[in-house]
Amino acid sequence: MITFKNVKKIYQTQDQSIAALDGVDLEIKKGEIFGVIGFSGAGKSSLLRCVNLLERPTSGSVTVDGQELTSLSAKQLREAKQQIGMIFQHFNLLDSNTVFANVAKPLVLTGVKKAEIHRRVHELLAFVDLADKADHYPDQLSGGQKQRVGIARALATQPSVLLCDEATSALDPQTTQHILRLLKQINEEYGITILLITHEMGVIREICDRVAVIEAGKLIESGTVFDVFSNPQTATAKNFVRSVMQDEIPASVQQLIERREANHHIYKINFLGAHTGQPLLSQVAKRFDIDLNILHGSITELQNIPFGSLLVELIGETAEISRALQYIDEAQVTVEEVLADAG
Amino acid sequence: MLVNYTDIWTAFLQTLTMVGLSLLFSTLIGLPLGILLVVTRKGALLEQVPFFNVLSSIVNIFRSVPFIILLVAIIPLTRLIVGSSIGTQAAIVPLVFYAAPYIARLIESSLLEVDTGVLEAAKAMGATPLQTIFRFLLPEALSSLVLNLTIATIGLIGASAMAGAIGGGGLGDLAITYGYQRFDTTVMLITVGILVILVQGLQTMGNLLARKIRRH
Repeated sequence: MITFKNVKKIYQTQDQSIAALDGVDLEIKKGEIFGVIGFSGAGKSSLLRCVNLLERPTSGSVTVDGQELTSLSAKQLREAKQQIGMIFQHFNLLDSNTVFANVAKPLVLTGVKKAEIHRRVHELLAFVDLADKADHYPDQLSGGQKQRVGIARALATQPSVLLCDEATSALDPQTTQHILRLLKQINEEYGITILLITHEMGVIREICDRVAVIEAGKLIESGTVFDVFSNPQTATAKNFVRSVMQDEIPASVQQLIERREANHHIYKINFLGAHTGQPLLSQVAKRFDIDLNILHGSITELQNIPFGSLLVELIGETAEISRALQYIDEAQVTVEEVLADAG
Repeated sequence: MLVNYTDIWTAFLQTLTMVGLSLLFSTLIGLPLGILLVVTRKGALLEQVPFFNVLSSIVNIFRSVPFIILLVAIIPLTRLIVGSSIGTQAAIVPLVFYAAPYIARLIESSLLEVDTGVLEAAKAMGATPLQTIFRFLLPEALSSLVLNLTIATIGLIGASAMAGAIGGGGLGDLAITYGYQRFDTTVMLITVGILVILVQGLQTMGNLLARKIRRH
């Protein structure tokens, strides 16, 4: 649906050139929600803006829905843009226009008939649950309402792609949830491909199918949300995952680790997917002559798959513990010993 | 001393004529210039940096000539356009030359205030340059444009008083000839009073209109 081939975007300043995008290859499938996460200045904004050529790549090609945008004429490009909706962090609504006129704007630009505009705008406003706000002005709306107007406007021309530029970053957590749910609904009901950029891993966890991590203009890691969350490869990805997965070791447990006696060993057991459903720990306790003490843990769901980790203290003979560990390993969960200096 | 109200009325109408017509013509010239100054600058919608630089310099040159000198300097041109170099009509030509570049700058600053995010949205929607100007830029700047045109109008009232120097007539001329040169304090006070009310009224109207546009 969206293909980036070796896309570079270089900004030339007086004495140096800065690569906002440094050879990006990306393939986004039809109907998926794809998230790009990165710190500010990593290039995610340039990446998003290269999809509808708000920024023109310095080199490389961008293809959307089979059309290579980088090779289109100005007029063809304007037409292609009607297939690409976009919503913004700060909504970018016209303050001088009513909600109705804002949503109608893309249709007015393409010369759609008045009656048709009327029908379509009211349908869209009903969809985003703002039917009663048609005659209001943006400054009379809350942030979440403004974003819903933005979404209705972006959908007006029935695009096949929706670009979301930090769409929830200016919103409070509860409103963020509402907007994300609405985006998911758009994706499911209309089959619209969504590309979003964010610096919040929570957004990725909430609605994305696949994710890419961008750093210094390069995609350093990508995969399904489950893969990246459960097994992040790069330090940056690990940081992002840690920001939403509570795997910090609490201070009291930390103290315990530091004080631990010779026959106490603390392990972190990572549960992935279906394994979470297995009664692994109780089996270990029954089969081996050791005691198990669960110190800390959290299990969450990613794309409907359970995922999490437990911090477990194994107490017993060293030989018995290593046999138990071998058993745990065979259950295909990853297990690692937690040492005092690692925390 | 007797106050001749007919003279004052005539002068009032002359002022309205001078200010009204020169405002009309200078806005007709200044608005497109102001738009061009915004859309041709670096990084803008229709970036044309050399064109922008030339236009900007021309505007600056006209803005740097003092009005009283402009008034005299363009007399030949005035004669060419209205067939005479004195009178109310003749005063309109230098007033337009004075106000058009001023209005261009005011309009430029109004348009530059428009949120760049809105323009980015226009670009994302695939708006043509003309659509961007008329459906995004101008409506978003309207309230600020009204305020700035109010400033320009009041500036024109001040300048039109000086136009008395080439026999343009008007309230300012009346105040100078009767009040200042003939020591007729009453006429001077009345004309100044009318000017004060006129300026106050215009500014209040401008503010109200701008607020109405902003608050809908």
